[in-house]
Amino acid sequence: MHLDPEFLSRLQFAWVVGWHILLPAFTIGLASFIAFLEGAYALTRRPVFLNLSQFWLRIFAISFGMGVVTGIVMPFQFGTNWSRLSDAAGNIISPLLAYEGLTAFFLESTFLGVLLFGRKLVPPAMHFVAAVLVAAGTLSSAFWILATNSWMQTPVGYEVIDGLFYPKDWFAIVFSPSLPYRFAHTVSAFYVTTAFVVLGVGAYTVRRGQSPGEGRMMLRLAVWFLAIFVPIQVVLGDQHGLNTLEHQPAKLAAIEGLWDGGSGVPASIIGWPDQTAERNIAEIAIPKLGSLYLTHSWNGAVKGLKDFPADQRPPVAVVYFAFRIMVGIALLMLAMVACGLFLLWRRRLDDTGWYLKACQFTVCLGFIAVIAGWTTTEVGRQPWTIYGLMRTADSVSPSLTGANVLLSLLLYVVVYLIIFPTGIYTMLRFVWRGPAASEDDAAVDSGRPKSPIEALASATAETH
Amino acid sequence: MPGLDLVPIWTAILAIGVFLYVALDGFDLGVGMLYNFAPDRDARALVMNSIAPIWDGNETWLILGSVGLLAAFPVAFAIIIPAVYFPILLMLLALIFRGLAFEFRYRDAEHRTLWDHGFAAGSGLAAFAQGVVLGSFIQGYQVEGRHFVGGSFDCFTPFSIFVGFALMFGYALLGAGWLIIKTEGDLQDWARALGRKCLIGTVLAIAVVSLWTPWTDPKIATRWFSWPHIAYLAPVPIITAALVLYAWRALNDRSEYGPFIAGLGLFVMSYIGIAISLWPMIVPGHFTLYQAAASPSTQEFLLIGTLFLLPVILTYTAWSYWVFRGKVRADIGYHH
Repeated sequence: MHLDPEFLSRLQFAWVVGWHILLPAFTIGLASFIAFLEGAYALTRRPVFLNLSQFWLRIFAISFGMGVVTGIVMPFQFGTNWSRLSDAAGNIISPLLAYEGLTAFFLESTFLGVLLFGRKLVPPAMHFVAAVLVAAGTLSSAFWILATNSWMQTPVGYEVIDGLFYPKDWFAIVFSPSLPYRFAHTVSAFYVTTAFVVLGVGAYTVRRGQSPGEGRMMLRLAVWFLAIFVPIQVVLGDQHGLNTLEHQPAKLAAIEGLWDGGSGVPASIIGWPDQTAERNIAEIAIPKLGSLYLTHSWNGAVKGLKDFPADQRPPVAVVYFAFRIMVGIALLMLAMVACGLFLLWRRRLDDTGWYLKACQFTVCLGFIAVIAGWTTTEVGRQPWTIYGLMRTADSVSPSLTGANVLLSLLLYVVVYLIIFPTGIYTMLRFVWRGPAASEDDAAVDSGRPKSPIEALASATAETH
Repeated sequence: MPGLDLVPIWTAILAIGVFLYVALDGFDLGVGMLYNFAPDRDARALVMNSIAPIWDGNETWLILGSVGLLAAFPVAFAIIIPAVYFPILLMLLALIFRGLAFEFRYRDAEHRTLWDHGFAAGSGLAAFAQGVVLGSFIQGYQVEGRHFVGGSFDCFTPFSIFVGFALMFGYALLGAGWLIIKTEGDLQDWARALGRKCLIGTVLAIAVVSLWTPWTDPKIATRWFSWPHIAYLAPVPIITAALVLYAWRALNDRSEYGPFIAGLGLFVMSYIGIAISLWPMIVPGHFTLYQAAASPSTQEFLLIGTLFLLPVILTYTAWSYWVFRGKVRADIGYHH
């Protein structure tokens, strides 16, 4: 078997970033949720908000730690596997990555310390500020990394001299054409993802009957939040799609499974895109509908895949199905929200067993949608790392052999398959224990020394 | 800032950033390596508590170091990082195990031994891998044009592997120094005893590397040993020797901060020594700092934010060390 270092490097990148992205997808939303709970507690002094904040903070600490260690892996991938990209585009992407570190990582880790250890050390208002700063740090991190990604997807403000990219206009580089849409769609996706976790944990807590107050509060907060944000997310996704149509038409054609462009194009509902035959097998399509929602005109012109040379098309089937998985999940989410709102109106939200069970299953919906959406945009921009300018094949480190990358990929696979199940199990144990157990951890842990975090929290509390 | 030469500023920022990483994560990786030698479970808990609140801030400097190298000297990043593909891989995987051990060790009770060992072994392996990176960096890489063209295992040489073990001793010395500050009584005596062993190892390692480097590279030998360089550079070995004597005395009397400060001093001197050997190269034998520098516009754009943000970050960091100052104890954790 021929081992291709480029393909294996892509697999490796997909593996390490695919797992990593699940953590920000959760921690970005959770940080804002905790800031909201802290704010609500500071305003109302209702213990339910305090209990919930303490409960989610413990889960946040673990997912944040996992995010840190899997995140350190990421910048090194640019060097180990994509050194030619780093050489060619380093002048432009490096400050964006550096600003992520400077504005986000230190802010997050320092004020997370205050959040975890400092409740009794600082006034409640300051504790709330710390929560807001952690949330701001996570959002800043998302902004800069998506600015980097967006510039690579829709590059502007540069000039090329001897094969190297040089910056000409930093404002244009940072705020590249796809950034506003990508940032809004991604952050909203992360918020929705987190809200579905809160909904599921709320449902579990209510069903179990312990801490019913906290459970009911989580259910209500999640349903209301999702009632606003799921529709917003659908609109943002549509806008992002139109932005893609404008700047990355080949990606959009792959999303639509549209081979023959022209005016009055159909909308492909489902089928099997055959890359070599250049058509869709067993397709169900609605005539003219594609033009309508893409150009808002029955006869609007849209480019098809055949308008691009074969070596400039992404792997169509992957993009096509990833997009449909994402849209399918969006429909499921809308259904869950509609049911939730209806039950809330009928005052049956807390005792409708089937709905609460369904909520527990939909915990993973957001994560799957995030991975599907990320696959759509990242596979869709193939075969380019810098869209239209630098090919993925020309980006990979020249010194690597297929065997080298296979070995590193296998090691990443083994390690991630150990740490992610362990991490998820560790977080689940907090869920099983429930929100009420917040102050009783020491009793549960009796006979064993306190964990550093817990020991520290009680120690700092005692000495002040 | 048109026309202003920013390369020296970026060289200084990167040098300070890398040194801060080495100093900060150095001591907590060192603490991790010493962890498994602690006499009992309570002592191990204390050892881990001594770094629990600060380790992830320390590790953030690694991201800043790597991204800073990419930002200031992109071609150096594009050559060096693929050349040390496997040491970097080992370091990253080791740091994952070690970092998660903090979170998983207590909460995942069934696998406690795995995470205990993961903490110690991960710390040691990360230190070793960083040493291999340093050793291979000193020896240089096979470069054509703007790319590394050697093999992915070329970086493992007797010299780089030796530097790997050397750095383990150095970090362990810093770790022992940190533990002397953070502990008292029997545990502090234990840290002092380990610190003496680490100091002996570190001194031997510095001596061997100091002779091995000029022996393999005539240019470095000329730089150090030709007249009048030998006179200008004589303070480097003399100060190093003085620091070793001070470290030994500090480990043996009741000095609390002396061993840690002397350990940091030895790192500063080794760092200066390497800089003198390699100056002005950022990819030894191929690219000078100026040849590898990012475009002036890149340097300016990042410098504006860095000059504002770096002092803020240093303030945070100092503040968090101040919050967690004092001895760590079994019964009540930190006390002021």
